Amino acid sequence: MIAKNLVIVGGGPAGLAAAKSAYDCGERDILILERESELGGILNQCIHNGFGLHTFKEELTGPEYAARYIDEVKKRNIEYKLSSTVIDISSDKVVTYVNSTDGLVQVKAKAVVLACGCRERPRGAINIAGMRGAGVFSAGTAQKLVNIEGYLPGKEVVILGSGDIGLIMARRMTFEGAKVKAVVELMPYSSGLNRNIVQCLNDFDIPLMFSHTVIDIKGKDRVEGVVIAEVDDKLRPMPETAQFIKCDTLLLSVGLLPENELAKNASVALSPVTGGAEVDDTMMTNVEGIFQCGNVLHVHDLVDFVSQESENAGACAVKYINEGAEKCEQVTIKCTKGVRYCVPHKLNCDDNFQSLNFKMRVGNVYKKVELTVTADGVKVYGKKRPVVTPGEMENITLNSQQIEQLKKAKEIVISLEGGQQ
Amino acid sequence: MKDVIIIGSGVIGSGIARELSRYSADIVVLEKGDDVSVGTSKANSGIVHAGFDAVPGSNKAKYNVAGNKMFDELSKTLDFPFRRNGSMVLCFDSADIGALQQLYDKGVANGVEKLSVITGEEARKIEPHLSDKVVACLLAETGGIVSPYELNIAYAENAAVNGVKFEFCKKVTNVSKKDGTFEVTCADGSVYHGRTVINCAGVHADEINNMVCPEKMHIVARKGDYILMDKTAGYLADHTLFQLPTKMGKGVLVTPTTHGNILIGPTAVDVEDKDNVSTSLEQLNIVFDKASLTVPELSRRTIITQFSGLRAHEDCDDFIIGESSVEGFYNVAGIESPGLSASPAIATEIAGQVATKLQLKLNSHFTETRKGIPHFATMSNTERQKLIDSNPLYGKIVCRCEMVTEGEIVSAIRRPVGAKDLDGIKRRTRAGMGRCQAGFCTARVMQILARELGEDMADVTKCGGESFIVEGRTK
Ligand SMILES: Cc1cc2nc3c(=O)[nH]c(=O)nc-3n(C[C@H](O)[C@H](O)[C@H](O)COP(=O)(O)OP(=O)(O)OC[C@H]3O[C@@H](n4cnc5c(N)ncnc54)[C@H](O)[C@@H]3O)c2cc1C
Ligand SMILES: Cc1cc2nc3c(=O)[nH]c(=O)nc-3n(C[C@H](O)[C@H](O)[C@H](O)COP(=O)(O)OP(=O)(O)OC[C@H]3O[C@@H](n4cnc5c(N)ncnc54)[C@H](O)[C@@H]3O)c2cc1C
Repeated sequence: MIAKNLVIVGGGPAGLAAAKSAYDCGERDILILERESELGGILNQCIHNGFGLHTFKEELTGPEYAARYIDEVKKRNIEYKLSSTVIDISSDKVVTYVNSTDGLVQVKAKAVVLACGCRERPRGAINIAGMRGAGVFSAGTAQKLVNIEGYLPGKEVVILGSGDIGLIMARRMTFEGAKVKAVVELMPYSSGLNRNIVQCLNDFDIPLMFSHTVIDIKGKDRVEGVVIAEVDDKLRPMPETAQFIKCDTLLLSVGLLPENELAKNASVALSPVTGGAEVDDTMMTNVEGIFQCGNVLHVHDLVDFVSQESENAGACAVKYINEGAEKCEQVTIKCTKGVRYCVPHKLNCDDNFQSLNFKMRVGNVYKKVELTVTADGVKVYGKKRPVVTPGEMENITLNSQQIEQLKKAKEIVISLEGGQQ
Repeated sequence: MKDVIIIGSGVIGSGIARELSRYSADIVVLEKGDDVSVGTSKANSGIVHAGFDAVPGSNKAKYNVAGNKMFDELSKTLDFPFRRNGSMVLCFDSADIGALQQLYDKGVANGVEKLSVITGEEARKIEPHLSDKVVACLLAETGGIVSPYELNIAYAENAAVNGVKFEFCKKVTNVSKKDGTFEVTCADGSVYHGRTVINCAGVHADEINNMVCPEKMHIVARKGDYILMDKTAGYLADHTLFQLPTKMGKGVLVTPTTHGNILIGPTAVDVEDKDNVSTSLEQLNIVFDKASLTVPELSRRTIITQFSGLRAHEDCDDFIIGESSVEGFYNVAGIESPGLSASPAIATEIAGQVATKLQLKLNSHFTETRKGIPHFATMSNTERQKLIDSNPLYGKIVCRCEMVTEGEIVSAIRRPVGAKDLDGIKRRTRAGMGRCQAGFCTARVMQILARELGEDMADVTKCGGESFIVEGRTK
């Protein structure tokens, strides 16, 4: 068994930003473990533009954005291991990883940052009946095949789900000469970013069919078509609206799930809403010394916010290594009236942040609302929004004065006030 | 001239091939798919039935009870996953307790050991997640679970090591007998001659029989849909939980699998197309609703995949086993449930009959045991370290959900009767069988297959035939 102060699991944008900020806070004994053969995480397959507008004030591709952080990590000589998969983490922070050169190694860490990203929800999880041959892919798998391996999954495509990866793949497949016949979305709204709907569908005349779903997949060895139908207001397909679309490929963009099997082994408590850990304002989970950030904590739509959140996690991990955990009161943040969740989930009353960032998602599309934070019923913060949607994460920052008010409260509530659905 | 031509490489054809390989003989197995275990043997409940269900005196009863007893030893000899977890037949209505008692009596008549009828309360002590509506149950301690495709693969690998030839993509289109020898023709034009033919063609066994035998057969494909749940639901059942058939219908089962998932199903619908294994939403909903009666805590959120299998139901409602009226032509047909459970006993019986007929001598080089692919996921850390030391490819994890290494995948391809496609890899190693259902490892496994088989990634299929994964290169 070897010892390390800080082990970071995952070398995507979250892990890289956490490592950089931990180093800048004075920590030198850091190890990043990444199972792929390169750093950069999911960004390596996102070769489209649109990353980094907030952080770098310019539009980068995924690999370009990742490269900036990889450079920072390399400049600081932070140790990282590639093709190294973490297979277990215990609650006393023994991290077990394997690779071909070191074999199986156990590392006893003072602090662990989990930055392992998320995975896609597969076909089975949404119960689509029909043929069981080839031609059904999750959108991210198709993205990897096209952008990393250089292979086209099919020529005539239907996409189920209007998540961002699905939208981006609609455009990508079109560029590669495939015909995208429709994007079919169960809900009456998209779960993707508005800019992606415009740039990836509208610009290419790809129809987006709301309140529709795939009810059957036809074909024998390979997909030969899908049957879609409109759904009623309880999301039940209406058989009389069924129509057949001929295609050889069905892509699924039906949601991402934080990758939390390791966290479960370490007894980290997970939120049933996000699938990620429940963290306090230092990004620490219920297990002392285990931190989370990035898509493993909750699924982000913009990488800039991943980096920001992860820098906080890295800094707080170093503080924990040096000073130990705070033993203080915590206030839980309650989400109501349209707000589904908020990260962090709780505040430590002894923390002294100059500013604090809260990230949240709403459960439906709402217009003309005020995103409100109250402390024991008293409004501390309000932000008017013309429209909020489940597909776009809401991000608010409170100053030290407002934080003080919250820390004194018995109950903090975040809600949407006014407005209509 | 072959001594024996076996048609079909499901558990029946492969099991017989393995038993026959104890003798010195020239044996070939002709399979229309590109791998073994591509028919019914890959999609079923995976239960090693105790044997209380079959009609006393039937072939089903006889071979089931005999087969069941062989599994402990066979699973060690051939190294496939098997566990005697016990079965329970649940009764939800005190008016039906009589039927439960009848089932018990039938079991005793069939020679099933360790049967008892217990109360609902006692049942819930053993299975705490059972519905409180259960009033009584038949407990069969000899019931077990097996990984059906791993059983099938184990039979085939051991047969191949002992000299049996497996020929794939050989769809038999005609069988005839001339001057005492059989001529077997395949769709690709190839012709095989043999002294004997054993028909193990599953749902298609009637077609094969009807090519040579004056006594015609008729097999209906009866489809059963299943839902498979994540290992996180695994705590919900330890025994195999059947529902007692009532006037309301035949019920579905809830069972753990040998790998710790929960499987629920099957339904029963007769279908025209004997190769169509697509699932239907209506049937899947029935499966879930009925299974929830047994274990109310089942949650749709833990579903990871669905599949269906086809029962080969012959009109006579029993296994047809043995030499037909055409000398040297053997039928092993109508092998619906409990075919898996019966397979070791059927294989021994048929191999014995054929060996006697051909006066075969024992094969002095016969290797009885087979060692499976090492499973990194279930090893201790010390064993893992040793394995990586022996071959660094075991240090590369390819499938994250099931923790499958590149070493295992390469082994699956290079073994006798090796994997050639994604599904073949999946059944041998579990890569792609976990909760992300191959979203993560598809590209990686395609690369390894292409490299090992010397093909392009565009030639890689999911399950043979036209099931290509990708269209071709991008621009
Ligand atoms: C297809 C797609 C398109 C997107 N488009 C945009 C966009 O246009 N603009 C934008 O700003 N944002 C976009 N995003 C969002 C943003 O890129 C992601 O939210 C961000 O990459 C998440 O970073 P992460 O580090 O949390 O996760 P990841 O990038 O997934 O990194 C996690 C890393 O952890 C590693 N890992 C996981 N488990 C283990 C283990 N057990 N052992 C070792 N290593 C492990 C993984 O290999 C991976 O490298 C997009 C995201 C996706 C998926
Ligand atoms: C829903 C369901 C649940 C079941 N549950 C259980 C259970 O829990 N326990 C149990 O003991 N049994 C169970 N069974 C039964 C068991 O699965 C079968 O009895 C067993 O798998 C049959 O094996 P087989 O080798 O006869 O058929 P198959 O596995 O179907 O093999 C036949 C092979 O022949 C090949 N073939 C067909 N035609 C040709 C041709 N013309 N030329 C060349 N090859 C051909 C096919 O491709 C196939 O590979 C279940 C069955 C079903 C459908």
